[in-house]
Amino acid sequence: MGKVGIIGVGQSTFVRQYPGSIRELVFEGFKEAMQDAQLTTKDIDASVVCSAPEYDKQRSPAGVFAEYLGLNPQPTFYVETLCSSSSTGLKLAYSLVASGLHDVVAVLGFQKMSEISSAESQERMGRGADIQWESPFGTMMPAYYAMYANAHMETYGTTPEDLAMIRVKAGTYGQLNDKAAFRKGITMEMFADPENRMAGPVASPLRTGDCCANADGSSCVIVASEEKAKAFSKKPIWILGLGAASTTVNLAGRDLFTGLTVAQQAAQQAYQMAGITPKEIDVAEVHDCFTIAEMMAYENLGFAEPGQGKELIRAKETYKEGRIPVNVDGGLLSKGHPIGATGGSQIRTIVLQLRGEAGDIQVKDPEIGLVHNIGGVGLYGNVTVLGR
Amino acid sequence: MGKKKEVDDRFKKFGTVSFAAITKINDFVTSLEEGKVMGTRCTDCGMMLFPPRADCHQCLASNMEWFEVSGTGKLVTYSKLEYAPMGFKEDLPYSIAVLDYGDYKVFGRIASDVPEDQIKLGMEMKTVANELPNKQLNYVFQQIG
Repeated sequence: MGKVGIIGVGQSTFVRQYPGSIRELVFEGFKEAMQDAQLTTKDIDASVVCSAPEYDKQRSPAGVFAEYLGLNPQPTFYVETLCSSSSTGLKLAYSLVASGLHDVVAVLGFQKMSEISSAESQERMGRGADIQWESPFGTMMPAYYAMYANAHMETYGTTPEDLAMIRVKAGTYGQLNDKAAFRKGITMEMFADPENRMAGPVASPLRTGDCCANADGSSCVIVASEEKAKAFSKKPIWILGLGAASTTVNLAGRDLFTGLTVAQQAAQQAYQMAGITPKEIDVAEVHDCFTIAEMMAYENLGFAEPGQGKELIRAKETYKEGRIPVNVDGGLLSKGHPIGATGGSQIRTIVLQLRGEAGDIQVKDPEIGLVHNIGGVGLYGNVTVLGR
Repeated sequence: MGKKKEVDDRFKKFGTVSFAAITKINDFVTSLEEGKVMGTRCTDCGMMLFPPRADCHQCLASNMEWFEVSGTGKLVTYSKLEYAPMGFKEDLPYSIAVLDYGDYKVFGRIASDVPEDQIKLGMEMKTVANELPNKQLNYVFQQIG
């Protein structure tokens, strides 16, 4: 079996409210990736469409996009694992290419969340948890992650300031990312000022500033067989490792509340497949839907021992110049989190980093990068290792 | 006119807003009405399951008996919500939590009369059936003593 490479990446600018329809939104990410790879639509053998379907009026959007993007009569598939849909799409594309069924596959992630109100969105996102046994209590994503934050703080002495530092880092790089929805700098003083919006309580101990915001956006990753990748691209980026895991939906079925088992397991698989250890990762994108999620990612990916994630952020080791730069594109916290598009955007950032094309946020000469993308409340874990 | 078939949709009474109505474990709601919070035990392998299930994933049998969630559990973690999803605004503020009973865990709400400054992770609490202001039913975690 030959290698599988990434030859094109693209994303729309993530915005609070996209002034167009979902097909037009998806076109933006697709166009950028196609231009990046210098392909025509005839070169694409199949497409994988990734989103969380509850936001769309359109049923079965894959067919609509295949038409709009000029990808008929090639086959198209729809996959969903909530917020990690496009990492799952990448895994499916890898399998399609590695099996020899297809040579070049486009992974199209998208979400237009602005179709519904914020409270309605919280309710729908909450329904990504157990609707029979949890949702009737009035649950939502920030509150679930807040329960992890509470346990992490109690067990390890992590503080609200540690979490705020992660948001400040995101803001530092979000300002430099012209694809990010939120490009303002954030300071520790904002979290200390009870009148500031950042400090407003959402679900204890998480504040508004600890939470990423809804956004509209699309992403596209074009995956190719070794032969095609070498033919089409001067700088193919190789998929070295893939890991994925699941756990119980209902929190009552879990034993660990200071970390995500799915991230630990997915990372283990991806490291093993790539034949590397966490120390060899030069740059990482992690799923910082909430500040606590990035903190747990440091530990679950092996960048820090359990409970020591706070030391990494305190010492600024996850900044661009640090030991392990994390989310130097501003992360979900600055970019916004258009559910189905997020994984593809993370992959795009790492591909640009490994090619040395990341501009202001370029990390010095990275060889191996990692993407950590979580669906639901630690329900689905996906870790991808990429290399030059 | 044919006779209308009776639909057992008792589960729609569970929670401030219920998202399910028909399930094989609808007797759970009838027990709540009687003031009891019940889980299921697989009579084939003995596994205790909460939330209750009609089917055992360990031995693939569907022979369940009810047991009452009794005694106390340890508070594993919680969060107090200051913002609510659609349909729950009237309940604010409220706290969701997990209690660990050893053989199983329970996800639910902390009783609204427990002062926040008395909530400590690791504290012992008990699970009790509760009627909500809108006459729906759920269960809540109460302090001991």
